[in-house]
Amino acid sequence: MTLYLNKDTICAISSGGGMSAIALIRLSGDKSINVINKIFSKKINPEDSHSVHFGIIKENNNILDEVVVTVFAKNKSFTREETVEISCHGSEFIQKKILELLITQGVRIANPGEFTMRAFQNGKIDLSQAESIADLIESDHHASHKNAIQQLRGGFKKKLENLRTNLIDFASLIELELDFSEEDVEFANRDKLKELLTNIKYEVTNLITSFKLGNVIKNGIPVAIIGSPNVGKSTLLNTLLNDEKAIVSDIAGTTRDAIEDELIIEGQKFRFIDTAGLRETNDKIEKIGIKKSIQKVSESKIIIHLIDGTKNINQQIKNIDNLNFNNNEIVIRVINKEDLKGKNIIEDNNYLHISALKNTGIDKLKNKLISFYKSQKSSNNDTIITNVRHYNELKNTLTEINAIIEGLKNNTSSDFLTINIRQALFHLGSITGEVNTDDLLANIFGKFCIGK
Amino acid sequence: MELEEKYDVIVVGAGHAGCEAAHCAATLGSKVLIISQNLETIARMSCNPAMGGIAKGQILREIDALGGMSAIITDKSTIQFRMLNKSKGPAMWSPRAQCDRKLFEREWRKALEKNTNIDFYQDSVEQVIVEEKKACGVKTKMGVKINASSVILCNGTFLNGLIHLGDKNYKGGRSGEPAAEGITKQLIDLGFTHGRMKTGTPPRLDGRTIDYSKTEEQKGDEKVVGFSYKEKTNIGESKSCFITYTSKEVHEILKEGFEKSPMFTGRIQGLGPRYCPSIEDKIVRFSEKERHQLFIEPEGRETIEIYLNGFSTSLPEDVQLKALRKVKGLEKVKLFRAGYAIEYDYFPPTQLKNSLETKLINNLFFCGQINGTTGYEEAACQGLIAGINAHQKTEKKDEFILSRSDAYIGVLIDDLIIKGTDEPYRMFTSRAEYRLLLRQDNADIRLTQKGHNIGLASDERLKKLKRKIEETNLLTTFLKKQNIETDIINKVLIEKGSATVDQKKKLHTFLSRPQINYNDLLVSKPLRDFVINNKIGEESIEQAEIEIKYGGYLNKEAESAKRLNKLEGVRIPNDFNYEKLHSISTEAKEKLKQIKPNSIGQASRISGVSPSDINVLLIYMGR
Repeated sequence: MTLYLNKDTICAISSGGGMSAIALIRLSGDKSINVINKIFSKKINPEDSHSVHFGIIKENNNILDEVVVTVFAKNKSFTREETVEISCHGSEFIQKKILELLITQGVRIANPGEFTMRAFQNGKIDLSQAESIADLIESDHHASHKNAIQQLRGGFKKKLENLRTNLIDFASLIELELDFSEEDVEFANRDKLKELLTNIKYEVTNLITSFKLGNVIKNGIPVAIIGSPNVGKSTLLNTLLNDEKAIVSDIAGTTRDAIEDELIIEGQKFRFIDTAGLRETNDKIEKIGIKKSIQKVSESKIIIHLIDGTKNINQQIKNIDNLNFNNNEIVIRVINKEDLKGKNIIEDNNYLHISALKNTGIDKLKNKLISFYKSQKSSNNDTIITNVRHYNELKNTLTEINAIIEGLKNNTSSDFLTINIRQALFHLGSITGEVNTDDLLANIFGKFCIGK
Repeated sequence: MELEEKYDVIVVGAGHAGCEAAHCAATLGSKVLIISQNLETIARMSCNPAMGGIAKGQILREIDALGGMSAIITDKSTIQFRMLNKSKGPAMWSPRAQCDRKLFEREWRKALEKNTNIDFYQDSVEQVIVEEKKACGVKTKMGVKINASSVILCNGTFLNGLIHLGDKNYKGGRSGEPAAEGITKQLIDLGFTHGRMKTGTPPRLDGRTIDYSKTEEQKGDEKVVGFSYKEKTNIGESKSCFITYTSKEVHEILKEGFEKSPMFTGRIQGLGPRYCPSIEDKIVRFSEKERHQLFIEPEGRETIEIYLNGFSTSLPEDVQLKALRKVKGLEKVKLFRAGYAIEYDYFPPTQLKNSLETKLINNLFFCGQINGTTGYEEAACQGLIAGINAHQKTEKKDEFILSRSDAYIGVLIDDLIIKGTDEPYRMFTSRAEYRLLLRQDNADIRLTQKGHNIGLASDERLKKLKRKIEETNLLTTFLKKQNIETDIINKVLIEKGSATVDQKKKLHTFLSRPQINYNDLLVSKPLRDFVINNKIGEESIEQAEIEIKYGGYLNKEAESAKRLNKLEGVRIPNDFNYEKLHSISTEAKEKLKQIKPNSIGQASRISGVSPSDINVLLIYMGR
C-alpha cells in the first residue's frame, strides 16, 4: 500500500462498479492535466477550471472511446488538487483500458478513501469526516488481506511466490558479494546472475501477460467477425444478439465503425466485434473503418471469418489470409447464406454452414466458440490476475528488472544494481508481502557460512 | 564514603563506548569521571585486533568526521591497512586496519589523560543512584557514592558475565576479569526488561610455534589511506596476516568435544550472532563444507601473540589444542589462551530514545553491548552519541540525533530503538537504505559541520572540510567546461577499449564511461596545470571524480532520501494516546505504545505496523 503522504497523481473509477451506461474516472494530483493532454484529442488549459470538453481518448493513435472531460483547477476541486474527470462509456473493458492507459502515463491507482484523504490533508474537510476514512482504510486492509496472496488461485500464487523467492535469492547473491566480500564463500559470477535474472524476467513477463488474458476472460473474450464487404457480418451479429444494433443494408461498406456487444454463452461472456468489411477502398471514412477493424481483429482472441457462400469462396479466404493477422488467434471459417441454395456449397467439416438471416447453424457456431474458450481456459487459468493494482506493480517490477539486466550488461558495480533490486523487491513486495534487509540477511546466513 | 566532586557525567566502563563517551562529553566541556574495574584495561580489544572493515570502516570515518577519537587512535596503532572492496563502487570501499593491541590501549589512555576534564577512578559500580526517575550518580562495590548529572552505562560483556569453556563455566566479564553484579537487578527493579546474549572468542596462539611457510600470506595495501580526515597516516612497516584452513580431520577432532560443548548441551541460553558463528557451529550448520578459512593475525609489533580469526570456540581446551595441531602450519602450536564463550545481560534497546537516554530514567544513557550490539565501532559510535547527549542534557541543549540518511550511526541507533535486536547487532551496508550516500569518502562532508555546530569537531577540521569542498567544486567546474582534442583523448580511449570520439568533447563526459577514470584524463595538459596551480588535493580529486562518475545514481538516492525524510518530518507527540485509534490493529497499537516512535518515519519501520496503520496515523497527525 502506498502511503497517503505521497502526492503523486492518482486515478480511480468513481462511478459505482458493474455495468452502467456511463462511467466516471477521476484523476487527482499535479500531473492530472498534463496526463490528460497526452491522451485526449483536445488541448486543455490548466487555468480553465470547471470547463467541460468533448473529445476522444487515444492509445497510440487508436481510439479507445469518445468521452467528456471535466477539468477542475488546483484549489478549486474536492481534493484541492488539479482534478480531471473523464466520463466514458460504461463497458468494463473500456474503463479498464483507460485505467491501464493512465497507469502507463505514470498515474497510480488510488487507495480506498485516498481522494477524501487528500481533501482532508489539503484542509477541505475536518477530522471527524477524516476518521471515517481511517475506518475505510482499515476495512480495505482487512479485505485486501483476505484477498491477498493466499486467496489467489493456486497456480498464480505459486508463481508469485516462486518469483519472490527467486528475486530474494538474487538480491542475496548481490548483497553477499558486497557485505561479505571478505568471506570464504563462493560468489556468483555475472553469467550466473544474468541467467537468474533472465528467468526472473520471464516469470514476471508471463504474469503480466496473464493479466491481460485474465481481464479478457472477466470482460468477455473478444471475438471479431471479419469478412469481405456484404457477406452478412452485421446480420450475423444481430442474429447472435437478437438485436438491431448494427446498421444492416445491402450497400457494401455500411458498417464503418467497429461495433461491440456482449453475449453470454454457457456462463462465459463473449464480446463480439463487428467490423467494417475488409476491402480495398478509396472512401476516406471507410478506410479509417477498415484500419480500425484490423486493429480490433488483432486484439481479439477468436476470429469468425464469414464467407459468402454465393460467391467465390477460395478468393475470399485468400483475401483474408493476405491480411496476415496475428497467428495466435483462432479462426473459425463460417460460410453464410446457406439459405440461398445451389450456390457453391462446400462439404467440408472445417467449415460451418449457417444462415445468419434465417438463424440456422447458429447453435453450432456457439458450441464451437464455447469449446475454444474451454480449451484456452484450461491452458491458462492458473495464472490469471484480474487486479489492476497487481498488474501495475508487476509492470513496475519489470521496469526495475530491465534496469538490472541493463546494468549487468554494462558491468555496473553491484552496489548500484541494488538500487534497482530494492525497488523491484518493494514493488513485488506490495503483492506478496514486504521484503526487508533482515529477510535478505537471514537468507544469506542460512545459505552461506559467514563469519570468521 | 562520598566523593566531594560532583560530575556532569559519569561513564561506567572504559571500553570503546566508554572512552568515546568520556572524550566527547569532556571535549564539549563536561566534567567527566571514568570508572572502571581496572584502569589498566582501558580501551582493550577483547576480541580481534582490528578496526574497520565493511560498514564498520564507514562508521569509524563518521566518528572521526564528528570529532571523535577512535579513528585517530586506530591510525596511531595501525600495523596493517587495507581498503576492502576497492573493485566495487565507492560506497563499498571500506578501510580496515590491523592494530597493535597494546599500542591502541596506550594511545587511548594518553588521549584521555590529556583531557583535563576527565578524572579516573578504579572500582566496580553496583548501583545507579536514581531520584525521582532521574539518574544522579553511582554507588560502587567499595561503598563509594559519587554524584553526577548524568550516568552513561557501557558495561560491555560484564553484566552477570558467565564464561564457558567446555563443561566448565565461571563468572567473569572477560578472560581473567570479574563480572559486574548488581546493576542488572537494580535496573530490573526500576522496570527495565533484560535479556541474555552470547558471544565468543578464538584461542590466542604462540607465534613462534607457527610454520608460516605452510600458510598463505595476506599483505596490507601499499597505499595507506588511514581513517582520520585530520591528518595523514604513516604506519611504518606493514605487518602481514596469514591464511590457513581447517580440514575434515580437524572437524572430526572438534566433534569429539561436542558432548562437553556448552553450546550443544544447552548450558548457553543467550543467542549468539549468526554472522560470527563458533567453529563448532560452522561444522554443524555447514557440514558439507570441507574446510573453513582461518586468519592468523598478529596482536602487535612487539609481541609473539597471535589471534586466530575464524576459530571462535567454547569447546574444552584439550580439544581446541588437539584440533589446532591438525591445522596446516599449526602442527606444533602452543596456546597462549584458550578460546571461550561468554554470556552477558543486555537490555533490549527499544527502551531507549534516539539520544540513547533511557525512556524510563532520565539522564541515564546506555551504549555498547548493554544495548545488544557487537563490535568496537558499533560501541564507539554509541559512546559518541551518548557522550554528546549527556553533555547536551546537562547544558539543557537540544538532543543530537543523526538520521538514517545522515550516517550509518543514524541507521544503527534507529534500528536499535525501533526494531530492537535478538542477536548481537552488527552493522552491514545493506542495513542502510541509502548506502550510496553514506560513503567513507564523504563522511566529513556529511557530518563535520554538524560536529562543529555542537563544538566537538574543531575549527581546524571545519577549515579542512571547507577547503575540500571548494577544491572539489573548482575541479568539477573545470572538468565540465574544459574540452579535450580528439587525437589526445582517442589514444587513451583506444588503450582502455572505449569508443573513440570524432569531435572534441568536455573532459567530464569521459568520466561517466566505466573504463575511464580521472587519471586517464591527465593526458590533458590544461587539467594537469589546473590541478597544480590550484593545489587541488587528492581527496578533492576523488570527490569530484565520484560525483561526476556516479552523479546519476547519487541524485536518485538523494531524491529517495528526501522522500523518506518527509515521513521523518511528521512528528508524533511523545504523549500521543494510541488507545483512541480504533482503526489500527491491536498488534500495531501495542508496539506503538511500547516503542513510542517520535515520527511517522520511525513508526513505519516498526515490525507489525502496516502501511495502512501508518495511513491512519497520518490522518491523526493532521496530514
